[in-house]
Amino acid sequence: MIVLVKQVPDPSKKVGMTEQGTVDRTKSLPIMNPFDAFALEAALSIKDKYGGKITVLSMGPPKADEVLREAITLGADEGVLLSDRKMAASDTLATAFTLSKAIEKIGDFSFIFCGMQAIDGDTAQVGPQIAERLNIPQVTFVEEINFNEDMTATFKRVIEGGHEIVKSNLPITECPMLITITNTAKKPRLPKITGKFKAKKAKIPVWGVKDIEPDENQHDKFGMSGSPTRVKKIERPNSGKEPCRVMEDGNVEEKIESLMEHSKINSLSTD
Amino acid sequence: MKNNENKLSHDTKGELSGVLVVVEHVGAEVSPSSLQLTGKGRELADQINKKLMTVLIGENEESLNKMTADLISHGADIVYISQHKELAEYTTLPYVRVVADLIKDIKPEIVLFSASTSGRDMAPRIAARIQTGLTADCTNLVIDDFDDPISKNKYQKVLFQIRPAFGGDVMATIVSPDHYPQMATVRRNVFEVPPEDKSRKGEIIKFESNITGPDLCLSIEEIIRQTKKTVDLKKARIIVSGGRGLYKQSEKGFKLIKELADLLGGEVGASRGAVDSGWIDHGHQVGQTGQTVKPEVYIACGISGAVQHIAGMSGAKMIIAINKDSNASIFRYADYGLTEDVFEVLPKMIEYLKKEKNIEN
Repeated sequence: MIVLVKQVPDPSKKVGMTEQGTVDRTKSLPIMNPFDAFALEAALSIKDKYGGKITVLSMGPPKADEVLREAITLGADEGVLLSDRKMAASDTLATAFTLSKAIEKIGDFSFIFCGMQAIDGDTAQVGPQIAERLNIPQVTFVEEINFNEDMTATFKRVIEGGHEIVKSNLPITECPMLITITNTAKKPRLPKITGKFKAKKAKIPVWGVKDIEPDENQHDKFGMSGSPTRVKKIERPNSGKEPCRVMEDGNVEEKIESLMEHSKINSLSTD
Repeated sequence: MKNNENKLSHDTKGELSGVLVVVEHVGAEVSPSSLQLTGKGRELADQINKKLMTVLIGENEESLNKMTADLISHGADIVYISQHKELAEYTTLPYVRVVADLIKDIKPEIVLFSASTSGRDMAPRIAARIQTGLTADCTNLVIDDFDDPISKNKYQKVLFQIRPAFGGDVMATIVSPDHYPQMATVRRNVFEVPPEDKSRKGEIIKFESNITGPDLCLSIEEIIRQTKKTVDLKKARIIVSGGRGLYKQSEKGFKLIKELADLLGGEVGASRGAVDSGWIDHGHQVGQTGQTVKPEVYIACGISGAVQHIAGMSGAKMIIAINKDSNASIFRYADYGLTEDVFEVLPKMIEYLKKEKNIEN
């Protein structure tokens, strides 16, 4: 099994902006994308029951090996980091191309798990794009996986206002697939001390573009040159409203009182 | 991407057909989000002086005919229909096959999908098959000229795809000027359903896709749509919402929010932060991945004001923000604010209201 994890800025910290109006990522402390923790848990649950090896794969700056070590702490067997300046500024298509090249190098698998989306980009695109690139089926937004006696699998997939049950018509051993996991799935486990020791010792190989694609003619498929989409601009939206009236006078009780008087919500609620 | 045979260059843009909307439906009803996209698609098609095309995929002939009429009366010039017994319910590979084949055949300039669980499932896969760009969850689409500051190329009438980014603190404008079609998934309820004109005429084109064995490796066993779980916040006149700012005592925080909402005759809402942290059910979520609400009063407690959240509640007539952090974005959208600790304000607000209503503690 392969689990894809991404290091993302901690959403509980404020995003800083640089003077150029781009997002300042140096200020936010990174964490493992919360959805990926659920994806890892899905893989670990299968490993608990049926065995198998879990390889975690991430693409990012050199320090992204932290999330791979975190995954090993939780029970993953090994990690691989894709890190190369040529991979920078990749959009989802270039990211999916890069990750699928690495997956081909890692070799056989029965499942690729990813979080349903990453909380920084929120696109939910990379998973399906990898599945297409590898020519394997996908089941997205999965909350629960069950295996039948004939080793076919059923997936509970979250849809608008409910869910659907998707069944694989072939045994999973004959049909590798990519699954994206929701945060309504089984809650991620807590780390064990032994895991921490293992993670500390783990050697995490770092692969660059040359390691996954020896053909230099293909190198323009990585990073910015391999990305059809471009960010034209990023801006903080202007609400165009009158400035907010912040209650400033007096103690909390008095502020509440003047808020109630100004907003007249009490009269509205008793209409 | 110069090795890619599917790539259409900007020079050949004149040969591209117009705007294609991929239609979703439940039974014989076109989903509201697809009608909204048809309306926006009509506008975009007019701006580039091309046709609005829609594609309907399904099994039942009668339903497909009924929906064809609906799409034409809402602005479609052409309705492509793919009818097949394997297309009764949405499944990834058959639907991807149908839409990707159609795109390769008719070469649209723009393709729009709903940002639904099926739209977000098929669109990325189709983009990868066609090798073009895709922007997720757009909240606005605009046709404009783009002067590339890097290549110095000038592009006329490209699609500006606007969406919240970086957790919703900022809005990003995405372009894909060298790859066609320009594709986007679009959030529901950001555009209006256009008025119907039953006298409109349109063309109907049936087409067939070769759905092969490997496309059928997964099947749908059961679809269950619950009716209860989601709290209908759309009709609420007053919504009291909690966010990540309640992290110190989230359970107590939401209890207080519920009490205040009950006193005001309102409903409880939440930001994604609170839902993701597991403090409250997703059915209460307001914002991009939750519900879009338009109450008389929206009281945001410990909510920072990410764009995704704002997108779901900025239609409120009055917004009141309670947040200790006076720099929180929410104050840029609020009408009234209290820069105090939520855990101090809420009990005192409840006490105040009880006193007003002569309710004994």
